[in-house]
Amino acid sequence: MITLDDVTLTFPDGDRRVTAIDHVSLTARAGEVTGITGPSGSGKSSLLAVAATLIRPDSGRVRIGGGSGIGAGSVVDVAALSPGAAAALRRERIGIVFQQSNLLPSLTAREQVLVMAHLGGGGARRGTTSAVTPDRVDELLDAVGLSGHADKRPAQLSGGQRQRVAIARALVHGPDVLLVDEPTSALDQERGAAIMALIAELTHERGTATMLVTHDLVHRDALDELVTVVDGRVVAGANAGTAARAA
Amino acid sequence: MFVAWRDLRFARGRFVLIGAVVALITLLVGFLAGLTGGLATQNVSAVLDLPGDRLVLQQPASGRPSFGESSISREARVGWQTAAGVDEVVPVGIAQGRATAGAASGSGSPVGVALFGLPASGAGAVAALAPRSDDEVGLSAGAASDLGAGVGDRVTVAGHTYRVAVVGGDAWYSHTPVLAMTPDAWAAADRRLGGDGAPTVLAVRGAPDWDAVAARTHTSAASHLGSLTALETFRSEVGSLALMIAMLFGVSALVVGAFFTVWTMQRAGDVAVLKALGASTRSLVRDALGQASVVLVVGIGVGTAAVVGLGALAGGALPFLLSPLTTLVPAVAMAALGLAGAAVALRTVTAADPLTALGSNR
Repeated sequence: MITLDDVTLTFPDGDRRVTAIDHVSLTARAGEVTGITGPSGSGKSSLLAVAATLIRPDSGRVRIGGGSGIGAGSVVDVAALSPGAAAALRRERIGIVFQQSNLLPSLTAREQVLVMAHLGGGGARRGTTSAVTPDRVDELLDAVGLSGHADKRPAQLSGGQRQRVAIARALVHGPDVLLVDEPTSALDQERGAAIMALIAELTHERGTATMLVTHDLVHRDALDELVTVVDGRVVAGANAGTAARAA
Repeated sequence: MFVAWRDLRFARGRFVLIGAVVALITLLVGFLAGLTGGLATQNVSAVLDLPGDRLVLQQPASGRPSFGESSISREARVGWQTAAGVDEVVPVGIAQGRATAGAASGSGSPVGVALFGLPASGAGAVAALAPRSDDEVGLSAGAASDLGAGVGDRVTVAGHTYRVAVVGGDAWYSHTPVLAMTPDAWAAADRRLGGDGAPTVLAVRGAPDWDAVAARTHTSAASHLGSLTALETFRSEVGSLALMIAMLFGVSALVVGAFFTVWTMQRAGDVAVLKALGASTRSLVRDALGQASVVLVVGIGVGTAAVVGLGALAGGALPFLLSPLTTLVPAVAMAALGLAGAAVALRTVTAADPLTALGSNR
């Protein structure tokens, strides 16, 4: 489970500051896909960035539950995390699927997933992501339907296959939270639907708390919850809300 | 190094190219260093082999001391001999001359030699060449080879004929092989050649107040290495070659730095993705430096091997010194400067913003 509690985020814009997230609170439960939708510039990607510890909010807290790693079961003040601690939190407990697959051109599909074992600077055995083993990688590639493409590089894969590799990479270390940013934006409707169904299936199977940003609702069926964000505020959705602004 | 090794394999063309450039620069640096060492040996090995702790030259009224113009007066010599802390003073005469194999009427071709006059009792390779009798000379290996003379043969210097008493090891001065004489025989030969017959150098052993005695005797005292700047040919020759080597070192650092800066900028997006996934900056820096190290080690290794191979081949025809000083030291310097150049590119790694991996920013 991941909970954003009264999070506010502003950006500088000339002499003033623009509010991207305005006192937002929301929860993505374990084993469920929580969709975040809204018009362009509504702040949904900013919410994802805060949840991913890629950006520090001006105020508020992010809590990640379950497991026993960094930040697990305890309240984490994201604003207080050092960049190193935030990176450790991401490689231990958070999986991220980007809008583009963002695969590394020099790695095969298997290596794209196995790389998660080496992000902390250690080898596969010494790395902090000790759950990432070659067997686990093959299991994930099989789960996303790519067992026959493990030795192919990104240039040899289709857009849908690349996104499947990205999903396997995001899940291989057994994260508590899966953050997904517009996973179907570069895919046609049929492949997009397959990707959304795969994310939902893996979320339910593995008990991951998935927070998925999407700009359209064509694949609404794959979502367990839907939160709508407008102008940085939650305007609709279960388990979510915008706190009354301080005067 | 997980990603770094795979990048090396994936972009092998680019890395082979930069590795070849590093190898070529190493070859150039190594060859120049070997040539510099060889020329320096032919220039100063006899000076470095002189006995004593310091070498004393005449200090001119203006300008720097010079082996070519130095002439040690009797007063200066006595001043050093009587100075407190001085254990031994060996007067050494150095002059350039010509020698011919055989008697004065012989038809051998004249050979340029460096005439060294010093007593046989001194320590060092040059003193070991010195004969004990005024009508004898000692030949360095180079002089014996050039003259085609051996022990017992006769050679003529400045109109006088001497018997070869000693043929010793290699000793060179100003690119001419050394021919050693007794101090008296040298003084006489120097006068015949137009000199004043006074020794040009004092090889002093002991621990006096060097500066005070030098000032009192209008001389200068320097270590053997330090005195080499008083040899004009050495200064100009080694100075220009050393400048070329230094410039090549600079070029090497710039080339490696530029390559890795461009390479790192090209993969800045990948670095941002890795950071977003949780890669530590330390691991990314280690990857980047590890990658540069692999390129440098391979490139420098190939270049150094080529230097050793070509140096061994060229040694017979060129004054080329093949030693750790001319191979390993330049290689280590190249590696250090290359890594320093690559370290400049680390700014791109450390500054990469993982936030750019999100959305459509890439």
